[in-house]
Amino acid sequence: MRVQLRRVAHARSGDKGNISNVGVFAYEDAFYPAIKAQLTAERFAARYAGVVRGRVDRYAVDGLAALNFVAHDALGGGVSRNLCLDNYGKTLAAAVLDVEIEIDDALAPLLRGP
Amino acid sequence: MGSIRIGAGAAWWGDRIEPAAWNAERGDLDWLVFETMAEATVSAAQVRRRRDPAFPGYDTYLDDRMAAVLPHCLAGRTRIVSNQGWINPEGAADRIAWWCRKLGHRGVRVAAVDGGMLTDRIASLADRVLETGAPLSDLAGSMVSAEAYLGIEPILAALDDGARIVVTSRVADPSLFLAPMVHAFGWTLDDWARLGQGAGIGHLLECGAQVTGGYFADPGYKDVPDPWNLAFPIAEVAADGSAVIGKLAGTGGRIDRRTVKEQLFYEVHDPGAYITPDVVVDFTTTRIVEEGPDRVRVEGIGGRARTPTLKVSIGIEEGFVGEDMFFYAGPGALDRARLAARILEERFRYVQLAADDLRIDFLGVNAIHGPASPPAAEPYEVALRVAARTRTREEAAKVGREVDAMAVSGVAMTGKRVPHQDRVREVIGVWSALVPREAVRPTVTIRES
Repeated sequence: MRVQLRRVAHARSGDKGNISNVGVFAYEDAFYPAIKAQLTAERFAARYAGVVRGRVDRYAVDGLAALNFVAHDALGGGVSRNLCLDNYGKTLAAAVLDVEIEIDDALAPLLRGP
Repeated sequence: MGSIRIGAGAAWWGDRIEPAAWNAERGDLDWLVFETMAEATVSAAQVRRRRDPAFPGYDTYLDDRMAAVLPHCLAGRTRIVSNQGWINPEGAADRIAWWCRKLGHRGVRVAAVDGGMLTDRIASLADRVLETGAPLSDLAGSMVSAEAYLGIEPILAALDDGARIVVTSRVADPSLFLAPMVHAFGWTLDDWARLGQGAGIGHLLECGAQVTGGYFADPGYKDVPDPWNLAFPIAEVAADGSAVIGKLAGTGGRIDRRTVKEQLFYEVHDPGAYITPDVVVDFTTTRIVEEGPDRVRVEGIGGRARTPTLKVSIGIEEGFVGEDMFFYAGPGALDRARLAARILEERFRYVQLAADDLRIDFLGVNAIHGPASPPAAEPYEVALRVAARTRTREEAAKVGREVDAMAVSGVAMTGKRVPHQDRVREVIGVWSALVPREAVRPTVTIRES
């Protein structure tokens, strides 16, 4: 079945200069392999097209069922000169949560949300 | 020594003060640690002091924070490490000593850690901007400040000298928490495994409520009990650096493996190499175990030898941003906002606004995620938000002046705020460079209340 990432993972963004990192964390370890296989750096970058202007690096930490996306040139030149209302990019983590992921039907009982 | 209890007192300048007081009063703490600086804090303080010589140059909430926690800390055994010194840790230490006397405590040793300012020397110490690789001399605009991120060593020196309270200028956030551990357990400064574990725990604590249920709630997906009543974390740290993250009973919030994971990666790039002045931390081996309600054990964080350099944060005056917003509602709201945007664009041409960058967004449609926003259904309400980056304050002020005029010369049913004074802000760009560790000579001075 195809679900929004939001049903299987949570996320948090942080800022350093002009770089935003978005941690993506599987709610259940069972979701992690599908997320890791499908939520590539390319897919992440496509969701943020026009906002993230630099490259995206992805770090996978299997032991924590977590992916860390490091997006370069993502904050309009840096927190202080960013003309975006959200100049820290605190909300950026939310965008990736509507990316769709294919998961095994057997995992349906574990899905989060209403 | 079995274990020590370290509580967080602040995660940033604007943080709440009551949770710090609760930790001081009821946390049975050995240590209370305050983190109050953002990337631009030092440069912003320099600019402010230039304009207002009466500005003391330390945390503007120093009095509020100390008044809230000192009575409890001094009545018990709790020692304090804090970076509230900003650009004047000596002044902050004097003020804290004054508070101690006022509260009837004489002979309390208060240390100021300083010495990281490199503004006058940075040009000869570093040649490249870390972010761009370009020569330092390419940074446009005038340099306000350059300060190194200090590590644990000067804090340890102060503690060894009997300081009960240590107040610092710029220190790397995790180091504020690591110093008490190293002091208490006697770890050597090349015990990378323990330093890595301890700095990792410091990283979890440095953002306060972000590990106890703050910045976390997402209704129906990640719920947080009593989110209006969040506590700051308390870590029980064992002699091997492993720790249990907990919080005071009777407070709101949540600590579980999910809150800990989110904070573990917060502002981290390569999780296998999180560089601090004291150690390179490896989070990839972290084990997170829920021991009970709101009690999470964190262990297995690794560490490797520290780098030969220290990071320096460089503040550059890069001009101004003028910004404002006004709003529409009801049928046709977005169409009216679009026409208003067109009027503003024409007006900016007419008044010859000289902007390096200009952005007009529709809040409610695309103001936050910009071009990455999906096409929206017609919004019932929308705000037009405009921002321009300029070289001079006068140019930036044109934004607010043109928005003012939209009250009577704009489109139908324009809602507007009363003209306010905060529509122009200064831009202090923050850049980084690396300098040889030996070039930085921290200082420690002690006074007694």
